[in-house]
Amino acid sequence: MRQDHLITATQLSRGDIEGVLDRARKAAADPSAYAGRHAGTVLALCFFEPSTRTRMSFDAAAKRLGIDTIDMGDVGSSSVSKGESLADTVRVIEGYADAIVLRHPSEGAATLAAEFVDVPVINAGDGAGQHPSQTLLDLHTIRENHGLDDLTVGIMGDLKYGRTVHSLATALTNFDARQHFISPQSLRLPRSVRFDLHETGAQVREHDELAAVLPELDVLYVTRIQKERFPDENEYHRVAGEYQIDADTLADAAADLTVMHPLPRVDEIAPDVDDTDHARYFEQAHNGIPVRMALLDTLLGDGADDGPTTETETDHE
Amino acid sequence: MSDHELRVSKIRNGTVIDHVEGGQALNVLAILGIDGSEGLGVSVGMNVPSDRLGRKDLVKVEGRELSQSEVDVLSLIAPEATINIIREFEVVEKNRVTRPDRVVGVLSCPNRNCITNADEPVDTRFEVVADGVRCDYCATVLRSELATHIDV
Ligand SMILES: [Zn+2]
Repeated sequence: MRQDHLITATQLSRGDIEGVLDRARKAAADPSAYAGRHAGTVLALCFFEPSTRTRMSFDAAAKRLGIDTIDMGDVGSSSVSKGESLADTVRVIEGYADAIVLRHPSEGAATLAAEFVDVPVINAGDGAGQHPSQTLLDLHTIRENHGLDDLTVGIMGDLKYGRTVHSLATALTNFDARQHFISPQSLRLPRSVRFDLHETGAQVREHDELAAVLPELDVLYVTRIQKERFPDENEYHRVAGEYQIDADTLADAAADLTVMHPLPRVDEIAPDVDDTDHARYFEQAHNGIPVRMALLDTLLGDGADDGPTTETETDHE
Repeated sequence: MSDHELRVSKIRNGTVIDHVEGGQALNVLAILGIDGSEGLGVSVGMNVPSDRLGRKDLVKVEGRELSQSEVDVLSLIAPEATINIIREFEVVEKNRVTRPDRVVGVLSCPNRNCITNADEPVDTRFEVVADGVRCDYCATVLRSELATHIDV
């Protein structure tokens, strides 16, 4: 990667993505080749918003590289609740760590943080903005199942506020991928993401119903529709119910359809889908480890280096 | 001397911003941060008949020559504006506004959840794009509603 930080998916070229994913493949095939590779390095986990899995995923990936992690803890008990600015917080933490992973409720927080520090900043989610490390593991999952070209992807659910959707949709414009966006009218893609898609010449194909496009999809990426996006509970149940899938829904799908979800799910994917060959969301979550190892290795290591040499390398190159 | 030229050159020293789209004169002053408290003589003409624009607004600032970078920001709301620098009642320089690449510290981000609205020590910063501006921080795109987000 040419950049020092990972802030948005729009900064990622095809080469950047493939570089990280090639490395992730090696890390997945032979994690021991990476053990201790960054011993003596410290990673700060700064989560200004509750998160267990993204935080644990970064923590686990770091530890597999020999990186020590320090954690800001809960926001309620930190100086942030005393009114300290983000700019001050990250400038202090910069002195403690070699890189910062940041999750923050405000859009643009990671961009701002990166302006104030010299260590790499990884955006682990900024409000309804972006979540690019999730996108890398999403792309890894797609790549390992289908490859990243000549691909038809359906993205369904809360497209307006879903940061994983925003990052994935922009990143996919680097590849030969047709994208279909399936959501209620009120939760369609925001103007900022449409802008990026139009800039790259990508078509925005929008649908109210999954049935219209399901048979042609290679990948169905499902996201949660949250209650608080609706004025009342009845409206939420009526609308959200339209975008839930179960094993029956998938009867018309291609045999090799891959169903993905950034997790946690609530009821948008029924448990009976877990038993089908389509379900890949747990594999996807597990991919967070090799992909985040690869990402940290890329940002912390020598940019010219493409990872340790492993015995399995020839199998995967 | 025509009536039009008289109107433009009536101040002794300063800047006349001409050919401002009708209704935008007060936004021009807001963008320039001129609210009268600086003690500059300011006069505003609104809905003046114009060959080019039908009706135009006109802003004269006595005693201050605006720099090109100051006035370029005006291109966002008054792309046809011409800037006349006046010395001793004479127009000594006449320029068009050109679109800047970025607008810094002038507009506020309309996204209330943007980090620039959270009391951080940064100026707002927008990239000028085809038909509007875009927040460098949260990527929000601002188009026709631009004038209502001017930080005064
Ligand atoms: Zn913004």
